[in-house]
Amino acid sequence: MRITCPHCGERDRREFYYSGAEDYLHRPGEGAEPAAWDAYLHLRDNPAGVTRDLWHHSLGCGAWLVVTRNTVTHAVLGVETVEKEQDQ
Amino acid sequence: MRIPGGLIDRSKPISFRFDGHQMSGYAGDTLASALIANRVRLVGRSFKYHRPRGILTAGSEEPNALVQIDQPGGQSTPNTRATVQELYEGLSARSQNRFPSLAFDLAAVNDFAAPMLSAGFYYKTFMWPRAFWEKLYEPLIRRAAGIGALSGKPDEDAYEKAWAFCDVLVIGAGPAGLMAALAAGRAGADVILADEDVRPGGRLLSEREEVGGSAATDWVAGVVAELEALPNVRIMTRTSVAGAYDGGTYAALERVSLHLGEPGDLPRECFWRIVAKRAVLAAGALERGIAFPSNDRPGVMMAGAVRCYLNRYAAVPGRRAVIFANNDGARRTAADLKAAGFEVAAVIDVRPDSSAVADGPVYRGAQVTGTEGRHGLTKVSFRHEGALHEVTADLLAVSGGWNPSVHLTCHMGGRPVWNPDLAAFLPKEGAIPGMIVCGAAAGVFSTAGCLSDGAAKGAEAASGLGFTAPAPEIPEAEDAAYALKPFWIVEGKGRAWLDFANDVTAKDVRLAAQENYAGVEHMKRYTTQGMAPDQGKNSNVAALAILADATGRGIEGTGTTTFRPPYSPVSIAALGAGGLHKGFAPERFTTSHTAGAERGAPMIEAGLWYRPGYFPRPGERNWRDSCNREVGYVRNAVGICDVSTLGKIDIQGTDAAAFLDLVYANTFSTLKPGRVRYGLMLREDGHVMDDGTTACLGPDHYLMTTTTAAAGEVMRHLDFARQAFCAGRDIHIASVTEHWAQFAVAGPKSRPLLDTLLDAPVDPETFPFMGCGEVSVSGVAARLFRISFSGEHAYEIAVPARYGEALYRDLVGRAETLGGGAYGMEALNVLRIEKGLITHAEIHGRITAGDIGMGRMVSAKKDCIGKAASQRPGMREGPEAGREELVGLRPLNAKHEIASGAHLFREGHPAVREHSEGYVTSCCWSPTLQSHIGLAFLREGRGRHGSRVRMKDHLRGLDTLCEVVDPVFFDKDGGRARG
Repeated sequence: MRITCPHCGERDRREFYYSGAEDYLHRPGEGAEPAAWDAYLHLRDNPAGVTRDLWHHSLGCGAWLVVTRNTVTHAVLGVETVEKEQDQ
Repeated sequence: MRIPGGLIDRSKPISFRFDGHQMSGYAGDTLASALIANRVRLVGRSFKYHRPRGILTAGSEEPNALVQIDQPGGQSTPNTRATVQELYEGLSARSQNRFPSLAFDLAAVNDFAAPMLSAGFYYKTFMWPRAFWEKLYEPLIRRAAGIGALSGKPDEDAYEKAWAFCDVLVIGAGPAGLMAALAAGRAGADVILADEDVRPGGRLLSEREEVGGSAATDWVAGVVAELEALPNVRIMTRTSVAGAYDGGTYAALERVSLHLGEPGDLPRECFWRIVAKRAVLAAGALERGIAFPSNDRPGVMMAGAVRCYLNRYAAVPGRRAVIFANNDGARRTAADLKAAGFEVAAVIDVRPDSSAVADGPVYRGAQVTGTEGRHGLTKVSFRHEGALHEVTADLLAVSGGWNPSVHLTCHMGGRPVWNPDLAAFLPKEGAIPGMIVCGAAAGVFSTAGCLSDGAAKGAEAASGLGFTAPAPEIPEAEDAAYALKPFWIVEGKGRAWLDFANDVTAKDVRLAAQENYAGVEHMKRYTTQGMAPDQGKNSNVAALAILADATGRGIEGTGTTTFRPPYSPVSIAALGAGGLHKGFAPERFTTSHTAGAERGAPMIEAGLWYRPGYFPRPGERNWRDSCNREVGYVRNAVGICDVSTLGKIDIQGTDAAAFLDLVYANTFSTLKPGRVRYGLMLREDGHVMDDGTTACLGPDHYLMTTTTAAAGEVMRHLDFARQAFCAGRDIHIASVTEHWAQFAVAGPKSRPLLDTLLDAPVDPETFPFMGCGEVSVSGVAARLFRISFSGEHAYEIAVPARYGEALYRDLVGRAETLGGGAYGMEALNVLRIEKGLITHAEIHGRITAGDIGMGRMVSAKKDCIGKAASQRPGMREGPEAGREELVGLRPLNAKHEIASGAHLFREGHPAVREHSEGYVTSCCWSPTLQSHIGLAFLREGRGRHGSRVRMKDHLRGLDTLCEVVDPVFFDKDGGRARG
């Protein structure tokens, strides 16, 4: 598997640390209902198809990335830095 | 026996040994061709029945000729394919799976018991009685199983792994691959041409034919010369592409020095990962056999292999041959034998309408019905027009047609497609993104077809990447149609073999179908068809054709088993190259490492770091004597300890303070420059992640420390928190762990020591407890932190790492003059347990702030990561949660031991799991208190100070009655550290 880091270019997946679903980006605000926190912390989809998840370029630039990929074909459809995603 | 010609170098004779016999061959030989030239026919015994087996093929698909290669150093490599192993001077090979000798093998008795050993034998026989399994069946099977033997010695040979990148990877250097590489190379693409063979050329090296009006080998040499001259083309020979993976990544194994008697510094093999934007698969095709009674006798050989040995190696596999085939191509074998001066006793073609013209008597519509010869073929019997015939022969060349090598196209889940016209599976288009298949691998079997298909596909791959050039001219070449009648098995008495390596017969496959193991994957597992090292490369299709017939489903409906990587065997040593010893776990040394080692300190591994355990002195009986002395340094004088391994993270920016408030449970935005604060970090699920101190070095400038164990995890966490939750804010984070050498100077005489060391004495106003600031050591700018992990008046001094060793030696020397000295991890651990300070033994991932008595540190005034979850019912402090809380343990008898991992029970309760109320996390002998002590988590433990618990360690056989106490055993009000 190859991931194209927006900073470093295309690299082997061994340079990256896999974290999990991108849900982790959408942190509930202070005082949110327990159900919102439960969903944020624990409830994850397991799609056969397009998924978006978080990778850390730990052996590269240190950027956290949102990788859009297809779990069926293993195709990587897009990579964006978390910072840019969150800044929008 | 040799004939003239071939691609061997007769000016370079090579001597080698097989089963102890001295033999000779030439440079350019494989072990198999040299054995054939030395008239060796019997090369091994089969796996299950120990039947005599000879060389069947001339390539990596060989199921029979697996030998053990002995290396000079005492190493020995089993299951080496003689058809792949190149000859070198002094090579020593042994046959396998025979005892006591190849010609006389005791286990061949299995062959007579064959009726009992049919498919599914293990499942049926070893089921009962159940008690027999462990004692009888398993040891029996284990002894009998396996082919070859390992040396039993650790493999210390060198292996390598490497990466390569290219635009176009061409897999296979036969006529199609060469043309593909030429087309892509001329267009300017960066090309890698990989082939498992020693030299490019593929089948052209083994056939007598012309390409472009000259000998095929001359044409190959011309193309190779042009490719070698192109700077953008790399030719990798002896390199098998073994697997296709996501993102255009291919695995390949290069045999770097397996062909050298004296490899010198070269690794044996190199495991390549090749990343290619496009790939052209030109892997060719493998000839398949026909199942007929006794078809496994030495002397029975694939027709294409016969031509290879004759034409490429000038080695003669037999002098009186019979050809048995269902296709035109195999008939060339008769011509080649005849041209070499040998007799063709019969050409037996199953097709009634086949050509009658051949270099020998042709029997059309005939079938071979059996063979004879104990250790090698002597006679072939066949049926023709209703009559049985016998001919004497020492070679039977067989061809059932060709199977395109579709393996790599299936590695990402693609299934090959049955083509009834070719009676073969062809690759599914687009099965590997970026891969195009050409030549025989795509079912194009003529040389001319391969040349033009290769050129077209090579150009297509290159132009897809924007490289274009005029297509190479296609030279004239053999262009016969692929004429074949599907034919799999001759019915008759006697066993007809499919998988020679695993001893699977056609009858076994039918039995599987009969017993309802009718799915192709079930049949495979029931019979072990295709499960040997050769993976059934020349037998699988015939096996499933027979299964299809037995089940009436047809081949298309039967499908194939799954092709998985690797295409051909890859040694574990090559996969793990670089992973032995320090390659597996690199060593991280502190700047004081040498100084510590000089003092004889045994090192303790902390992650990849090495830290001194203790510093033994003459007269000390064991580590505890040393540890007690070192604890005394810190409690009574001054001790020096290297604490550089703690993670150090530099955090700067106008939003740095707010950032610290987010990642720490407690507040940091109120921390003033020159001050240090203890911080507790939570995971978002509310549990404790790590702890440490953070110093405010100046406005908007902080230095965070983490535990040694969690340094990487915390850095990753901070990266995430900053990028995900603070995008666009002014925060800059950098790990500076390796930039600074940092030493604890701890004990009542720490300040006097520093006063002699620093360029100016320590100012108590600047450095109160939890103060920090810049100091100067012999003109070197240093940082001083007044923090304590021992409970004593203590400092940590940090200098740029290059000064670390000098400063450490200086500090230890000064400490010794003050009655102190160096202390190691053992003493550090005792000192912190005496003070009830936690490490990752306590914050092990399931612990909340409340559990360690820090619930109130989770600030109510601000949000932080983990705050919401930490407030859930069940996570909060208090009796309603019934959580296990940090306590101290003191044995009623000070000499009774406390053990980490031991569980705690109420007095009088049985010491079983259901009654466990907690467990010990840390323990030591406290020289200060002259007692064993421990830290533990105990259910509602904070309310139980003064009560008794029973500590039971079933593993160590300890049963200790303890008093529950405050976890701070020593100097509870902290006066010593503050004073």
